[in-house]
Amino acid sequence: MIAARTLGVTGLALCLSTTLGAQGASRRELVWGGDAEGGAPFVEADPANPSRVRGFDVEVAERIARGLGGEGRTARFVQVQWSNLDQSVERGDFTLGLSGVEDTPVRRTRHAVTIPYFEFREVLAVRPEDAGRIHGLADLRGRRVATLGATIAYDLLVAARDSTGLIPLSYDDDVHPYADLVRGRVDAVLLDHIIAQRALRRSGGPGGAFVIVAQPVALGYYVGVLARADSALRDSVDAVLREAMRDGSLEQIFRRWDVWDPSQGALFDRVLRTDRAPKAAGAARAISAIAYLPSLAGAAGVTALVSLLSMMLAVIVGLGLASSRVYGPVWLRVATTVYIELIRGTPLLLQLFVIYYGLAGVVRLPAFLAAVLALGLNYAAYEAEIYRGALEAVPRPQLEAARTLGLSELQILRLVRGPQALRFALAPMTNDFVALLKDSSLVSVITVVELTKETAIYATNVGSWVVPGALCAIVYLAMSLPLARLARRLERRWGGRAA
Amino acid sequence: MSALLGIAGLSIRYDSRDVLRALSLEVARGEIVALMGPSGVGKTTALRAVAALQPFDAGRIVVDGFALEPGPVPPESGLTPLRRRVGLVFQGHALFAHLTALDNVTLALRHVLGQTRDSAEALATKLLASLDVGARADAWPSQLSGGEAQRVAIARALAPDPHLLLMDEPTAALDPARRSALGATLRGLCEQGRGLLVATHDAEFARAHADRVVLLTA
Repeated sequence: MIAARTLGVTGLALCLSTTLGAQGASRRELVWGGDAEGGAPFVEADPANPSRVRGFDVEVAERIARGLGGEGRTARFVQVQWSNLDQSVERGDFTLGLSGVEDTPVRRTRHAVTIPYFEFREVLAVRPEDAGRIHGLADLRGRRVATLGATIAYDLLVAARDSTGLIPLSYDDDVHPYADLVRGRVDAVLLDHIIAQRALRRSGGPGGAFVIVAQPVALGYYVGVLARADSALRDSVDAVLREAMRDGSLEQIFRRWDVWDPSQGALFDRVLRTDRAPKAAGAARAISAIAYLPSLAGAAGVTALVSLLSMMLAVIVGLGLASSRVYGPVWLRVATTVYIELIRGTPLLLQLFVIYYGLAGVVRLPAFLAAVLALGLNYAAYEAEIYRGALEAVPRPQLEAARTLGLSELQILRLVRGPQALRFALAPMTNDFVALLKDSSLVSVITVVELTKETAIYATNVGSWVVPGALCAIVYLAMSLPLARLARRLERRWGGRAA
Repeated sequence: MSALLGIAGLSIRYDSRDVLRALSLEVARGEIVALMGPSGVGKTTALRAVAALQPFDAGRIVVDGFALEPGPVPPESGLTPLRRRVGLVFQGHALFAHLTALDNVTLALRHVLGQTRDSAEALATKLLASLDVGARADAWPSQLSGGEAQRVAIARALAPDPHLLLMDEPTAALDPARRSALGATLRGLCEQGRGLLVATHDAEFARAHADRVVLLTA
């Protein structure tokens, strides 16, 4: 299970290798895909040479490559985002996906999946003061439990939502759930034991900021994933894995990376005794489109609410900024210009992280509020420029005519300049709102599950983007098209009055 | 006749270029004075200076006892007496595009003079009718002809009942019949005791309708 968006450098070579893919592979190569963002011990950029990767999955891939065919092959790594491994392997970007890939019934149905080579435990992490009373999901009624989205752990939490009343929170990475546990934003984290132990080491080790509950919530297995059409090659890979289990080379790899434990030996025994792999964990079948609709509707509601509140904030702050630029003293004009350029010149994603995680030491904002603030303050900069342009587009003679009639500056703004500027600003404002509607998908990185995130979770569940993508697009269009229509109607109505 | 407007030695420079040099003139109550001269000679600039839209470098302007001095234009809060005394009709009319003809005229009545909507609309309707555009009260500026827009602009400038009316190139977009009608309208305003300073390069109009002509030379 890998998706940590840490700032590890994966190197230009990793990116370039992605573009080559499996199509460019020679017969002596095994092109395999993984996500180096996930970090050690799975796959990480080698600190000594960032153009290379290392980790137990890297060594498993190399072991498999060596065992294939008569003289074996060499393994070539392709960087792929973890959540896209299944789609990429079917596209032919690489031959074998290995990166903490979980064994699930859906994956087995849709792809050629190897035998399991590692058994992991889904474990809860809680703050030390809760360790005495939280022993499982049943003890988390009404509590917020974080995990990585589109994983077995997430499916477990969603299934437990109805039975125990806990609140599942989906993250895009496996680092911030633990950071938020320590900060008190969430009450527990459910993830693979390897990831939990890594996070514990980073936070200072046992006796540190959180503890791992001894009793696992569930067991799962890491497997390799190949394209459905590659079942023959999958059988060869299975044979190599069995050989590696027998000759001890797989155990050596896991020991080198300090992830070996007795349960792995037991897994090897079970796998070698029988041709059948252990039963995969997780949801028994993919969720149907109809069953998915309520989740889609709920997520669409979140998208609409986040967008609406953000736009309201953007309009209010944008008006203030624009007025400051048009009417303010020099120092205020400079300050607003700096704000606008700073916001427009940096990515919204960065601003989301700064507001949610960066400010957490000062003020611990709820995720929804942080999302609205980040989107609203970002779009305020763009709105401000629209309003400034609109205010300056009102013909100067009209403003002078208003002045000669004795209207004050405030009256001129309220009665003459503002109403006309609003008409000029309407079309670009509508464009911005539609853009904001779509940009709101970024807030999933701070745990707000909105339409796109829900769709991604569903797509991962069913192993295809076709139906989820179409449904998602329809909902976005259903929200954005009426907006554009309303704007056109208002423009027509007001346009008839234009001089 | 007592002078309603007195301009003495008015000079304005732009980028070390003299736009106006020592202009002096007077406008009495009941008098139409035409300010003539070739394009670019400073006619509009002079009107803008009288309406306190334009700073001037030297000289003095007195409107019905209210004096403007050289230097930056004073803040609006200090110009209230002037705003009550002077109305300006812009060359392009500068009607508020988002308001009907009637609302253009009632704006100052309601929001500067504090009249109720009913009383403002009654007065505005009367003003528009007196200028022969009563039937166009509900039209948007974009729906008005050049002549109609000009008369609505005159009605808007007259609404606060100024003593002095400044007009910039009022005949620019008018046919001969309309020019003649405008002349009659202006004469009517004079007979109500107002003074008019009209910037124009229309010699025929000035000859026919002005009491005096002040000629500016480059």
